[in-house]
Amino acid sequence: MSGRLLGGVGPRGPVGLDRHLAVHGPMPEVASELIDEVTRSGLRGRGGAGFPAGIKLAAVAEGRRPVVVVNGTEGEPMSAKDHAMLIRAPHLVLDGAVAAARAVGAREVLLCAPPADHAVVAAALAERGAGSRGRPRVTLVPSAPGYVAGEETAVIAHLEGRAARPRMTPPRPAQEGYRKRPTLMQNVETLAHVGLIARHGASWFRELGTADRPGTTLVTISGAVRGPGVYEVPSGLPLAELARVAGGVTEPPRALLVGGYFGAWVDQDGAGLTLDDGELRRHGAAVGAGVVVVLGSSACPVAETARLAAYMAAESAGQCGPCVHGLGSLAGVLDRFATARTVPGDGERLVRWTEMVRGRGACAHPDGVARMLASATRLFRAELEDHARRGPCARCASASTLVLPAAVHARAAA
Amino acid sequence: MSRPPAERAGEELELDPIACTGHGLCAELLPERIVLDDWGYPMIDPPVPASLHEHAVRAVKACPALALRLRRAG
Repeated sequence: MSGRLLGGVGPRGPVGLDRHLAVHGPMPEVASELIDEVTRSGLRGRGGAGFPAGIKLAAVAEGRRPVVVVNGTEGEPMSAKDHAMLIRAPHLVLDGAVAAARAVGAREVLLCAPPADHAVVAAALAERGAGSRGRPRVTLVPSAPGYVAGEETAVIAHLEGRAARPRMTPPRPAQEGYRKRPTLMQNVETLAHVGLIARHGASWFRELGTADRPGTTLVTISGAVRGPGVYEVPSGLPLAELARVAGGVTEPPRALLVGGYFGAWVDQDGAGLTLDDGELRRHGAAVGAGVVVVLGSSACPVAETARLAAYMAAESAGQCGPCVHGLGSLAGVLDRFATARTVPGDGERLVRWTEMVRGRGACAHPDGVARMLASATRLFRAELEDHARRGPCARCASASTLVLPAAVHARAAA
Repeated sequence: MSRPPAERAGEELELDPIACTGHGLCAELLPERIVLDDWGYPMIDPPVPASLHEHAVRAVKACPALALRLRRAG
């Protein structure tokens, strides 16, 4: 596909500095003018929320002693794109991080990523040579595990040595972040795009993608496809074409999970939607971090959704009552549906509680789960009713398509 | 000193969901703006008209977790 971020990436191993410079060209010396360029490019954050990157840069540049945090936490279990960028194209990520630091006037960059990614990034840093003449200093920090650990205020808590749990906003990290300093927190992929925008400019960036989401997008495609993995596609690509990008389907699909575990289930044909938030949001979905799971027709959507609801309930940071109790209650209802143990009123409870948890937490965890469950209730209504009446189906025993890691993170003692 | 109602226009309630432990006193004292969800946690309708100012202040002061605040809107 359109290989911008993945340009020069070979079959294995990281792109070395020489090859990186040969493919992308030399990195220009940039300063604050990069902020306007990124703003004109329309680049949106690629961690999930899709916040305009230029606005964040401008806000952080106004503060004193700013710091840049490269967020490679990637708590979304089905996402592998930040990991792929770090271990395959580390120099592009570092280019973007250093350019962003220069743009906002930061001397310090903290790169927070899983320990397994550190060796490659450390080697890339060594290749670039020691910092000189006020070049921003990059420090590697191991990220925390857990679904909510990548939320930006949770990352800051983790960097400050506390449990990786979100806090209330405002203040946003751009105003008051790491050690109360203005903090530019950007996702790995976002900064890699910045590394290219610094070279080629905003107009070049907009040559691909849509007006609302310019540029290319990294997607992690998994499930019932021949070639699961990370791909770079133009934003706005029809969802129906994503399976083809990953080598085609291995069986007739039943549904797509778009946007990860905070995302939405959409019908197997993509429901005529494209990889663009402007359009997806009207259907209760979002691009999120670019996760697309193709659920094959041999999988049971009810069992998958029930397991996912239980996982997301367990991944609550445990701080806010409505999240702890609401997601726990919702997981209970879905389990009763999946096992034909519903009690009168469970259908109404599922709908009522899905709405009730929205907007009730310090972070968007309950909102994300509500979005996913609302889409599941819409799309899998017949299957849900069928399970409630007849119990587990033959497909319930299929191996789980969705990867649900064991909870290992710190929870609040709520 | 309570200010004249005209100057109090545009107040709103703000809840800290991390601090809130669901005592529920706020919903007793300000049912016009606060109801409890199915698990006993308050659901807030933030705008507080001048006519409810005194009641809102009482609800804020009654919260044992100091999770409720009244602030100027905006």
